[in-house]
Parts: sequence; structure tokens; C-alpha cells
Amino acid sequence: MNNFAYEQAENIGKAVEFSSNNSASKYIAGGTNLIDLLKYNIATAEMLVDINHIPEHKAIEEKSDGSLRLGAFVTNADTAYHPQIEARYPLLSKAILAGASAQIRNMATNGGNLLQRTRCYFFYDPATPCNKREPGTGCSAIGGYNRIMAILGTSENCIAVFPSDMCVALAALEAVVNISGTEGDRSLEFADFHRLPGDTPHLDNNLKEGEIITSIDLPEKGFDKNYSYLKLRDRSSYAFALVSVATGLELENNLIKEVRIALGGLAHKPWRVKEAEDFLKDKEPSMENFASAAEMILRGAIGFEHNSFKIELAKRAIVRNCMMALNPESQQPGAQPSL
Amino acid sequence: MIDQPQIGQPISRLEGRAKVTGTAKYAGEYNVDGLLYGYVVNSTITKGKITQIDTSAAKEIEGVIEVFTHENRPSLAWFDMQYSDMDAPPGSPFRPLQNAEIKYNGQPIALVVAETFELARYAASILKVSYEEESFATDLYQNQDKGRDPKVGMATFLKPLPPKPKGDFEKEYAASVAQVSAEYVHGTEHHNPMELFATTTIYEGDGKVTIYDKTQGTVNCQLYVGNIFGLHFKNVRVISPYVGGAFGSGLRPQYQLFMSVMAALELKRAVRVTLDRHQMYTFGHRPPTVQQLNFGADENGVVNAIKHTAIAETSQHEDYTEVVVNWSNILYPAKNTKLEYQLVPLDVYSPLDMRAPGGSTASHAIESTMDALAFKLSIDPVQFRLINYADMDVAENRPFSSKELKQCYIQGAERFGWSKRNPELRSMRRGNKLIGYGMATGFWESMTIPARAEAVLTKEGKLRVSSAVTDIGTGTLTVMTQIAADELGLPLEDVQFNYGDSKMPFAPIQGGSFTVSTVGSAIKSAGKALRKKILKKAREMDNSPFKNADDNDISFERGGISLNSNPAVMVFFKEIIAASGNKEIKTTNMSVPNVFKLKKYTRAAHSAAFVEVEIDEELGTIQVTRAVTAVAAGNIINPKTARSQILGGMVWGISKALYEETISDHRFGKYMNQNLAEYHIPVHADIHELDVIFVEEKDEIVNELGSKGVGEIGLVAMAPAIANAIFHATGKRINHLPIHFDELI
Ligand SMILES: Cc1cc2nc3c(=O)[nH]c(=O)nc-3n(C[C@H](O)[C@H](O)[C@H](O)COP(=O)(O)OP(=O)(O)OC[C@H]3O[C@@H](n4cnc5c(N)ncnc54)[C@H](O)[C@@H]3O)c2cc1C
Ligand code: SF4
Repeated sequence: MNNFAYEQAENIGKAVEFSSNNSASKYIAGGTNLIDLLKYNIATAEMLVDINHIPEHKAIEEKSDGSLRLGAFVTNADTAYHPQIEARYPLLSKAILAGASAQIRNMATNGGNLLQRTRCYFFYDPATPCNKREPGTGCSAIGGYNRIMAILGTSENCIAVFPSDMCVALAALEAVVNISGTEGDRSLEFADFHRLPGDTPHLDNNLKEGEIITSIDLPEKGFDKNYSYLKLRDRSSYAFALVSVATGLELENNLIKEVRIALGGLAHKPWRVKEAEDFLKDKEPSMENFASAAEMILRGAIGFEHNSFKIELAKRAIVRNCMMALNPESQQPGAQPSL
Repeated sequence: MIDQPQIGQPISRLEGRAKVTGTAKYAGEYNVDGLLYGYVVNSTITKGKITQIDTSAAKEIEGVIEVFTHENRPSLAWFDMQYSDMDAPPGSPFRPLQNAEIKYNGQPIALVVAETFELARYAASILKVSYEEESFATDLYQNQDKGRDPKVGMATFLKPLPPKPKGDFEKEYAASVAQVSAEYVHGTEHHNPMELFATTTIYEGDGKVTIYDKTQGTVNCQLYVGNIFGLHFKNVRVISPYVGGAFGSGLRPQYQLFMSVMAALELKRAVRVTLDRHQMYTFGHRPPTVQQLNFGADENGVVNAIKHTAIAETSQHEDYTEVVVNWSNILYPAKNTKLEYQLVPLDVYSPLDMRAPGGSTASHAIESTMDALAFKLSIDPVQFRLINYADMDVAENRPFSSKELKQCYIQGAERFGWSKRNPELRSMRRGNKLIGYGMATGFWESMTIPARAEAVLTKEGKLRVSSAVTDIGTGTLTVMTQIAADELGLPLEDVQFNYGDSKMPFAPIQGGSFTVSTVGSAIKSAGKALRKKILKKAREMDNSPFKNADDNDISFERGGISLNSNPAVMVFFKEIIAASGNKEIKTTNMSVPNVFKLKKYTRAAHSAAFVEVEIDEELGTIQVTRAVTAVAAGNIINPKTARSQILGGMVWGISKALYEETISDHRFGKYMNQNLAEYHIPVHADIHELDVIFVEEKDEIVNELGSKGVGEIGLVAMAPAIANAIFHATGKRINHLPIHFDELI
């Protein structure tokens, strides 16, 4: 890690200003990802703009339209345990608590979570080629050990997974990301926030240089009655998802009125397939119907040498998680499978 | 306070409070004024030559003191011998910064010394290194055809090569009613103790250094440093009071020691070199091994044909070996055997003993094969082991010094509830989860080697004992204090055990579960000699009540000597000291095991592990919900620290079976998951009910304490027991480790 300048921003305007004055600057929030990247020389910065001291966007507030606004600088832990989140958006709470460790969640912020980088081994090793780290050098994961890599939406340039749990729930809840920059404020639908690798694998998302995430809005519908988050991974805690599923169900007369199914661990962004959700509408919440939806969701999945198992595992996980959503009390700590 | 005897008492670790409150200081925590920090640069290629290292940019940074490479390092010892150490396998030891040649990926190629750690690390990142790359091979599986017999050397003494073939394996195997033929594949594992490798070298002037090192052998490192840098041994002091785990990784001097001492001597300043987690993957590791087993049994379940071959990785420069295949026939007395062990030299660093080296590798293959055979014969797995129980070691044709393995099976099965096992596969369920019961046998050799200890009766009438041995977190301090206390019948608070310092009497490296027997025996010899001296002084006192007493007439108790015929007649140690000129009474003694007697016996600890797994039928997720390990390891000196050792071993076994793996990329010749986020070891949520039984076992041969050491035995049986339980639950037999849950869907 090189020597860098350090500035504390006291408000969003200042932060954006620091950043626009120095193209080699980076915002630092919890630092749980950025510091590692700096230590291993995967990221470099001439200046760190500390956004932890900005008094705004540090709260979770209800808005007049019934939606809930999550400040970007609220920690993952405070978000997961917030009474409003637990009561209205328990799916989000479960997903956050399935991620990382208690210590990391205490530091990590909501804004930072959206921007964490992939855990691809090769991305973290500057001695190996990686298009995400160094565009044009090639993708080491395609011919290498790729158990943890993506099966959906990959390109010949990159098969990395976006590793967040929180964002899988945010995708299901159709959150909106609020952003500030030199050109003013804007908002992005969650589905439009992260990108697929295509031929620009170095870009994880559509945030422009210097822009800052200020908050995340959760629409009123929280699926607080029938929801579940399932995370399948190589140990019971403190491991990234091989496959994760967030399901929110709204039932009426024992028929599905609305459903959201988002997947993690499978692609460069949380994965949703509208066709599958539409298919389930007005159907019975049965294993057969969920299985048909799962087939639709995994359509087009391509496995690589070590991760083809994810295709079948994801289908089964979808069915199980939808069944778990019918019995949300059955959920286990750490989003382990139940029922 | 429990007084007598201390041996056998469940005493809590004496240093426990210091450790949990953070006052215990580790090698990287000794601070002196003007301390410099070194950061090591590692090779990013696997094989070839360094054509250039451009250090100019790094050196220009203010606060960077020096950059050492093969080009400007001081001149060092010439001969391989001088780089050897107590745990060196046959071959030519690796020499850091020797020349431009690159032998493996991650090889240390430079040391940047700076005023802060962060600066050294940054400067290290901007060195420009050019290489000439050569082709290399790191994949054991693809290179098995290059297997050859290992070279023989000093290390072969503790790690015997396989015995010659016996009988006619081919014929007997062909004639067997039931046969199992299976391949077992193990990958690389890294030790990853919690404490990182660090050395702080204090330059004392005149070619004299005091070194705080993370090691399992202070004397080992002292000799190594003395030899390489041409220093008088007296001028090299290695101190290692606390070690935050090592598991074998500290058995050999590692390169941070070399780097720290080199820089301190050259710069004549104190220098600390700390390796980061990433660099934990740039030296020793458990070697990948491929085993092929063919076991054949007759209709009564008697195993009479055993073939066990193992092909293991080693480096190009040393022949690291493990005892793997030998165990098959020590455990199961077949008359027709073929046991073979081969090495494939690859472009990697030399493998290094890692907790239960060889034994845990062997047990997985042997005990899984036995399970498969029992299944074929429809015999209960425990019953099958009893049918094939070895009352003597037929491989060496000698008795066991003691072996209560049968009791391990019986008591373990009883505690676990093995009788509730339905032998049919996939027959036991809990909700939508499949339940499996599995068991396996464990074994670990009980070794004793020579060591010295000093015992002193202080002026206060207390006992002070010392040995250069380390305490790698196993409870050595506590256990040695207990052993010493009994020598003079003292309570623990009147005994001080000094250790972890090469200035103290010689102790070998701490490994192989031989520390209690080795250093404990030395303490017993010193204790015995001290008692003699004290009695002599007591006899010389005016009006001594012991004038005509000999050893058998007196007891050491209550802080003095009493007469057995009339315990009221008593002289306190303090009085003896006062009467003999107020001088300490001191002795240093060596204990040397009686090799001629020991050679007549096979000496080993045994265990039986019983495991319950719960598996999600559709998703494959695995939980080890219960495990019981019954251990026969002779006399248990401290049931509490011993139990902790077994529990730790069991957790490691769960890790080995289900989680732990170093991922290699053979295109680059390197390890890819070099951190603890991606190198998985169990978290609390993975560990459920664990239970330990110590079976009573008397052993009058193994050593004076009758104690076999428990550092490794807890690990050995767990992985196969889990693999066998998974087979019972799912009908799937997976013979490589770790077993990933997705293989069960
Ligand atoms: C060992 C380990 C295990 C983990 N396991 C999991 C897991 O299982 N599941 C999971 O979901 N996550 C996991 N994480 C990731 C963790 O959730 C993220 O590191 C964390 O959410 C990042 O938040 P932060 O505030 O620390 O971000 P930082 O590290 O401070 O920043 C990350 C990036 O975001 C930028 N940034 C931060 N805030 C803003 C903002 N408001 N506007 C614009 N840019 C911003 C920074 O410039 C930086 O580039 C794990 C992390 C570690 C280290
Ligand atoms: S998958 Fe993406 S991040 Fe990984 S090596 Fe390939 S390009 Fe780099």
C-alpha cells in the first residue's frame, strides 16, 4: 500500500468535490473490502476520502410514500437489526446476517456492500492474468479452478461472481439506489445498478467516476409474511455463497399473487428472471410450480469445469427456498437449509 | 488446592490468563528502540532465474534502510550440512537468497528493511523483478509415473520405510471372497496457526544476537543460525516463550528467521521480520498424496491380503517422507502384504510435518477400505475390526508395549449408541435429512528421544526446573510443572518451570506427540538426581534424623523430607538449604531412552472415533452432529489439557474431511486461496457435540511416565469416520478430501 493523502468529508458536496479534484482518490466507508484491496495492490489510491463522518445518510427513515430509506453510511449490522427492517423487510435482515462475520458487518456499510468486489482468486492475485483487474490480459478463471465462479450471464472475458448477500435481497425487494455526483443527483433501479461482464469486465456497476451512493430506498412491499433467504456454501458461516436464493411471496386464497426470486453466487449481479415470476402468478405455491420456475430461471446457464453442479443445486435451492418462504419460521441461523 | 499427586489432575493451563488477557508476548511483540521492520518479497514465477532485481526506486524512499537480495547478501556458510536442522529430510536444504535460481512459486527473493512495517511492505511492492522462466511441474496426480523410492537419511530413523512384501499378495487377493480396490486422493494443506511467523532479532554487538522466534525448537534454531552465520553458539540465544500454535510448521527454521538475523547482523540493529497470512503458503505444507489400496478378506471376514501403495509429493531438493503404508499391516495382521511408498519430486517447497503427518493420510485410506470391505461382507464395521484385531504387530513381529484399542471400540460404541445403527444404507432419517453413523480406528506412534533438564532446589525451598523446550499451546508448561511437582511432593505453586529458551538444557523440537514423554522423562531423571542430592545434604545436617536412612525409608512431602516409619519426623527443604551454607542445590541430567528395550515393542497410541452426520437429501449439505473419540494413550498426565488436545484434533479431523484444502493452479504452479477467508477451516457453527473418553491403559515400557502423548491421535480417526458416515447416510463413497457437499446431490 502506497502513502496516500487522507481527507474527512463533512458533507456529500465536500466528498464529491474531493473526489472530482483528484481522479486517483477513493471513498472509504467501512474499509472492509477497500483496505484488503489496497494491501494487496489490487486497488491504489492517492487520496482516501473518508465518508464516515458525514452526518447525513446515517439513519433509516420512513418516507411519506411508505417506502423506507436506508442511509448509505449505516452499517450492515445496524441495518439488519433495525426494528423497521426486522418487521417490514425481514428478508433483507436475514440476507445481511448470512454474510461475512459479526465483526465485518459491524464495520461494513450499506453503500460499501453494493460496491464490494468479486472474490475470484485470480482477481486477488496480481501475478495472474485477469481482465477485471487488468483489462486485456485474459481470464485465468475460465481454464482454472472455477468452482466459485458464475454460470449465468458470463462472457468470454470474465466469469466472476458478485458476492454480496445483501444485494440479493435488495434485488428481490426492487430497491432503488440514490446517487450524488458532480452533475447532481440521480437514482437507479436496483436491476440497473450492477452490470454483466460483457466486454467491459472491469466495470462492476453503473456508478460513474466520483459518484457517491447516498441511500437505498425500499418500496413499501416488504414480503414480511412469506419470505426466506437460503445460502449454500462450503461451511456454515463466514463463507461466500456458492448459491443463494432470496424469495418473497405474496399469497391470496392460497394462490401466488406476487413473487420475487433473486439468486446470488451465480452471476456478475443478483439474478432475476421476470418470466419465471410471471409464470408463478396466480398459481398454487407447490413444489411442481416452483420447480418449473426454477427451470426457467436457470435457462441458459453454462457450467465450467468445476462449477456445473451449481446448475442443479440452484434449481433445488430455489424450490427449497420457496417452500421455506411458505414457513418463514422454519428458517435457520446463517440461512442454512431447513424443512 | 489439590496436593498429591499432581500427575493425573485436570489442572487448567497456568498461562491461560496471560494468554486470554493479552499479556502473553509472542515473537513479533518484543519491542526495542530503533527496531527496524523487514518485509519479504516472494517470487511470482515457479521455476527459472532472476535476471534482474531493480531496487533503486525502493531504496530512494525515505525510511527504507536496505534491500537484501542474492546479489548483496553477506557471504554465508558453504555446505549443505550447515543448513540442515533437526527435522531436515535427506537432501539439500533450501537456502534463502542463495542465488538467482527460482525453485518454487513464492520463494523468498528479497528482504526490504525499513523504519515501519507498512513502508517496508510498500517498498517491497515496487521492486522490479525480471525473470527467465522455465517449464515446471507441480501436479502430483499427473506425474505419478515419475514416482521413485525415497532416499534414506537420518530422518528415516524416526520414519521407517515400508517393510518388504510378505507371502503372496496377488494369489491371496485373487482368492479372496470379498475384495475392495480403491484410490484415495489428498491435496495440499497448510498449517495456518493463528500466530503468524515472526522473528525479532536484537543485535547485542560483537556478533551476538538474542532472537525471539516463532518456533517449535529453540535449540534447533540456535544451531541453525550459528551454523549459517558462523556465530559461536554461545552468542546465539533463541527465546520462544509463547507460541500461538504451529502444528508442525515451526519444526524447521523458516525463512523469516534467516532474514531477520541476516539483516540484524548486517545492519547491526534490531530487525523484525513478520510474514503475513499470504506468506504462510510459501513454505512447508502437508504433501498431496495418492493412495491405492487393495484389501481382500475370506468368508469369515478375515483380511488376509493387503496391498497399500502411496505416492506423495516432495520438492526437487529434499526427500520429505511420511509413514503411511506401514500402518495397514500394523493394524490388521494379514499374512500377504505388499506395501509401497514412493515420492515424486516437483517444483514446490519441501513438504513439512503437519499434525498427524502420514497417520491421518493413511487412516483415511485404510479405514475407508475396511469400511467398504465390512459393507461387502455384511459385517458390522466394529465387529469387522474385532475380527481383524492385531494382538501383536505382525509387520515387525513384536508385541505392543500396550494396546487397549479393543476397549476404545467397546467404550466408544457404547457411549455413542452404535447399536442403534441400522446397517442398511440411507435407512436412517430425521425429517428430510439422511442420518449416517460411521466409525474408524486411529493410531499414532509413541516416540521418546533424549533430552536434558535442570532441577534446582531454591533457597526458599522451592523447585525450579528448566528445559529449552517450547510450549506450542499444548499445555507443556502446565504438564511439566505437574510432573516436576511430584518429584519433590510439592504443590504446584512451589514449582516453577522455565522453558522456551535455548540457554536452558537441551530439548529436541516439539513435535510427533513426544514432548511429554521426552522432556517429562528428563525432568524425572533430574528430579531423581535432585532427591539424592537433597537427601545427602539432609544426612549431613547436625542431628540428622536420616543418618541411616536410604531412599526407601523416606518420603518427599509437605515441602521437606519425612521418615516413613514416623512421618512426624520431618526436615523442611528450607532447613536443609540453611544447613548447607544457604546455597541452592542443583543438578542437570539427561534422559536417554533404552533403545534396546524399546526396539522389542511396537509403541503406539490408539483411538476409535464414532461419528453421526446429518445430510440434506436434496441439497447435500453436511453437518457432523455428534462425535465420540475413545483414546488409549497410556497414563494421562492432565486430563483437562489432554482432552483439549483430543477435541482440537477432532475439530481438525472435521476440517480435513469437509473443509480444508489448498487450491493449486498447476498452470501457474501456485496456490490460489492464500488467506483464511478462502482457505476454509470450521467455524463454531460447524462444530456440534464432541465427546472424549480416555480408556485405561497401563504401559510400563513406553517410558517412565507410562504416557503416550495425545497431540495427534485425536485427529487421525475422524476423517475416515466422517467419510464412512457419509457413505452410510447416502450410499456414496467419496475417496478424496475434502468432501464437498455438492458431490452428494
Ligand atoms: C472475509 C470477508 C468475508 C465476507 N463475507 C461476505 C459475505 O459472506 N457476504 C457478503 O455479502 N459480504 C461479505 N463480505 C463483504 C463485506 O460485506 C463488504 O466488504 C462490505 O459490505 C463493504 O462495505 P464497506 O463499508 O466496508 O466498504 P469499503 O471497503 O469501505 O468500500 C468498498 C468500495 O466501495 C466504495 N464505497 C464505499 N461506500 C461508498 C459510497 N457510499 N458511495 C460510493 N462508493 C463507496 C469504496 O470506495 C470502495 O471502492 C466479506 C468481507 C470479508 C473481508
Ligand atoms: S473471472 Fe473475471 S475476475 Fe476472475 S480472472 Fe476472469 S476476468 Fe478476472
